[in-house]
Amino acid sequence: MDALALEASGKKLPNGSSITALPPTTPAKRKPAKKAKKAVVFFEVEILDAKTKDKLCFLDKVEPNATIGEIKSMFHKSHPQFYPARQSIRLDPKGKSLKDEDVLQHLPVGTTATFYFRDLGAQISWVTVFLTEYTGPLVIYLLFYFRVPFIYAPKYDFTTSKHWVVHLACMCHSFHYVKRLLETLFVHRFSHGTMPLRNIFKNCSYYWGFAAWMAYYINHPLYTPPIYGEQQIRLALIVFLFCQIGNLSIHIALRNLRPPGSKTRKIPYPTKNPFTWIFVLVSCPNYTYELGSWLGFTLMTQCLPVAFFTLVGFIQMTVWAKGKHRSYLKEFRDYPPLRSPILPFVL
Amino acid sequence: IETKPEAHGHNYLKRKGPGALATAYLVIYNVVMTAGWLVIAVGLARAYLARGSYHGLYYSIEKPLKFFQTGAILEILHCAVGIVPSSVVLTGFQVMSRVFLTWAVTHSVREVQSEDSVLLFVTAWTVTEIIRYSFYTFSLLNHLPYLIKWARYTFFFVLYPMGVTGELLTIYAALPFVQKTGLYSVTLPNKYNFSFDYYTFLILVMFSYIPLFPQLYFHMIRQRKKVLGQVEDYSKVE
Repeated sequence: MDALALEASGKKLPNGSSITALPPTTPAKRKPAKKAKKAVVFFEVEILDAKTKDKLCFLDKVEPNATIGEIKSMFHKSHPQFYPARQSIRLDPKGKSLKDEDVLQHLPVGTTATFYFRDLGAQISWVTVFLTEYTGPLVIYLLFYFRVPFIYAPKYDFTTSKHWVVHLACMCHSFHYVKRLLETLFVHRFSHGTMPLRNIFKNCSYYWGFAAWMAYYINHPLYTPPIYGEQQIRLALIVFLFCQIGNLSIHIALRNLRPPGSKTRKIPYPTKNPFTWIFVLVSCPNYTYELGSWLGFTLMTQCLPVAFFTLVGFIQMTVWAKGKHRSYLKEFRDYPPLRSPILPFVL
Repeated sequence: IETKPEAHGHNYLKRKGPGALATAYLVIYNVVMTAGWLVIAVGLARAYLARGSYHGLYYSIEKPLKFFQTGAILEILHCAVGIVPSSVVLTGFQVMSRVFLTWAVTHSVREVQSEDSVLLFVTAWTVTEIIRYSFYTFSLLNHLPYLIKWARYTFFFVLYPMGVTGELLTIYAALPFVQKTGLYSVTLPNKYNFSFDYYTFLILVMFSYIPLFPQLYFHMIRQRKKVLGQVEDYSKVE
């Protein structure tokens, strides 16, 4: 998948002499008469705008082992408004973005490399987005739980529900989002640092909007508890907790696949933790468990808006799971064939 | 093969077009729809001539209107299956908004059926659809008269605002009756812990026209420049 290592050969420099650049991995060969020149050929890098083809930046004396990441930093110096995270550098104006780790001399370029630049727009870090989008539901749900004024009729302000399932639901919902916040801070290892800024508005609208919609009904003075009462609530709680632990187990297992600071990708396998044994059947069990948690919560609250939220989330997670499953299959030839993206044997 | 001009700029070169069977089916579909809306047009004209007034013409074409407007749901399927190169989401949205007005407003709220605003949007829809479906028919047969192409990309200037006005006035007229009867509304308490206020929903629908209508209108204006502009350029070159 990485760019092939090519030798830049036979290129003539402006002064008419030609230099052969030796790739660093070849041992010192006995080359005829190519003398005293230490084979460190500096590259020249020109960066053009992918749309207008204007020359934006010219860098000379670039080390052959410079990474795209370093080139981005250099470009940033001449164009301070384009911090590295919002730069997309490609070999072809319509091509794929090069990775920060790609090394200049291993790319199919001559000693004067031409790259195309696209502005990805304002970026925001994944951590920031996650923290914001998860804190919202936590706080918003509590506003409804405590029946803060202007939501329900004034006579209910600051009262509490008489149904104990409503208190349980609040604990579960809050636990879920606290767990997510802690995972964001201590568990997840993100392969991309940033995402486009507009995503935070989109994502927060989704999470915060649904949280408010669900919380409104669950904490409503006219809330109707589940039909099958205690049995239903107990089963729902078991499902919920089971899936929360499962989801956490998967997140930890995925984290352990990747050494700190790296962006390596490996096939996840079941570990000693029984909650990870589901990897035998499913590529993205974190989504499977997440679905299970929300099904549990739906059962617990018997609330249609919660069912809608579960459904929409399931659709989105299925799209993600299918994508991830496909990239696993593409990247690893020995990927276990028994696995389905999100639901064993089904989806 | 031109089926939906909206696809022009995007799929023009990549599109391979529907197969022979799909083309035959689409021709039949579009012919039937053209005929259907002609029936509605004729029905309106005859009823007007018979009564001598614009009032209450809805009842004379109620059934074919419901049948052919609802039939347009097939167009969403055409996009989903791929025989028409348009966006499923866009087409779905357009068709469902028509179906919503036909069934969830006009049919459901009896009292608005005699409103003149209904005639306003029905007329706009009728003229638009006759032109649009004949446009598709001729395009599929590769014999598109310039007149029809011109009409499609020019009449909308008047028909769009006319239709939107009729639709908004109709929804507005329906509001008091919806509120009074609690039509399609669900209140608490109930075992699904859910509520829905159709009255508020209709008001939100009316507000949604504000961002949506200009976008659609300007999209058509842009399409017009692309489609009709080309022909003008060629004639200049001559």
